[in-house]
Amino acid sequence: MTTLHTDPDEALAGVQDGSTVLIGGFGMAGMPVTLIDALIRQGAKDLTVVSNNAGNGDTGLAALLAAGRVRKMICSFPRQSDSWVFDGLYRAGEIELELVPQGTLAERMRAAGAGIGAFYCPTGVGTPLAEGKETRTIDGREYVLEYPIKGDVALISAHAGDRLGNLVYRKTARNFGPVMATAATLTIAQVRHVAEAGELDPEAVVTPGIYVDRILDLKAEEAA
Amino acid sequence: MSTVEHLDRKPLGRAELAAVVARDIPRGAFVNLGIGQPTTVADHLPADSGVTLHTENGMLGMGPAAEGDEIDPDLINAGKQPVTELPGAAYFHHADSFAMMRGGHLDVCVLGAYQVSQRGDLANWHTGAPGAIPAVGGAMDLAIGAKQVFVMMTLFTKDGTPKLVPECTYPLTGLACVSRLYTDLAVFHLGPDGVKVAETYGIGFDELAARLEVPITRA
Repeated sequence: MTTLHTDPDEALAGVQDGSTVLIGGFGMAGMPVTLIDALIRQGAKDLTVVSNNAGNGDTGLAALLAAGRVRKMICSFPRQSDSWVFDGLYRAGEIELELVPQGTLAERMRAAGAGIGAFYCPTGVGTPLAEGKETRTIDGREYVLEYPIKGDVALISAHAGDRLGNLVYRKTARNFGPVMATAATLTIAQVRHVAEAGELDPEAVVTPGIYVDRILDLKAEEAA
Repeated sequence: MSTVEHLDRKPLGRAELAAVVARDIPRGAFVNLGIGQPTTVADHLPADSGVTLHTENGMLGMGPAAEGDEIDPDLINAGKQPVTELPGAAYFHHADSFAMMRGGHLDVCVLGAYQVSQRGDLANWHTGAPGAIPAVGGAMDLAIGAKQVFVMMTLFTKDGTPKLVPECTYPLTGLACVSRLYTDLAVFHLGPDGVKVAETYGIGFDELAARLEVPITRA
């Protein structure tokens, strides 16, 4: 059952040290900044964070990294013009990096959410990112064996959600949200609008509520 | 066919190179343009090209860069720049977006490169230099997924070293995946028959052959 929250700290309660945390967003689009700020206050440490990028500027994921809470980043594109926080930690040897091709990153989480044990993927064959991985030739093409990435917690951002946890997204801010929602034990979504059951068009729901444990109402949070 | 030698002119400038790539994109194709210089190819597609642009972060039917009031933080391209949507656009999540690539549904992608080998191996994600932070993004997915991979780059580094090489020395992005190589000096078709020169700009075939370390033939 999905619970509705107006206090970000309450929405984040219970995240354990050592957790694997899936964090949605591509650049700042779809980045669950309010939930990340709450995670920083909550204090969980020794985290493995899975996100496409490794933080922008000094806020959000970058602030979590700067607070020293992250042991390992699993991402596809850490290096950006404004990724100085990650860059500094990486060069100082203070953070571990697992670099994953972007589509493989998404598919590994999709596999976790869909109960797939592993899958053969053509991406990265013959490159340094496939080194040490099992390979197999199928119909004359070589594939790399990739394993699921399962999260203890997923922090995502959606445009609107109803009290049953059904979510809709907006434009390219959808990005990793729907996949991460399926791949974590505890999925927490921050939403701009909370709808009553029946208000969202069932044909337009992207993430069914079965995947969503907690919803944070950003409007109530802003009003508070 | 043979090599078209454009001798009485300078090498292609950046905008001219983008126009040559755009000229070769089939009408009605589904196309992904990589970040940086490949993005500028869109500016040279004719209005009636019927080309649909895919952006890896989850959209088909991407329009031009957004300006002023059009800017919407929820609507960005792979380079994280604000863009617009065209009528008939569609949004989808990341696993679907990359299934589209990996599943062979995109007709063409255009990427930049550090090096391309004579077999069409691509190196474009990491210099491998000490202290360099590796970042791959969607480059490997595109390299193995699109039906045709076009690369655009300068043919030589600033110190005159060829970037079309017998074997890539930079870390690889994909094996034997580049089908066409567009450079300031020449357009190459790569495949099982080796490196064929379709066009030259401001240089003749013989001089080009002398400056490269890979065998080339006339297309």
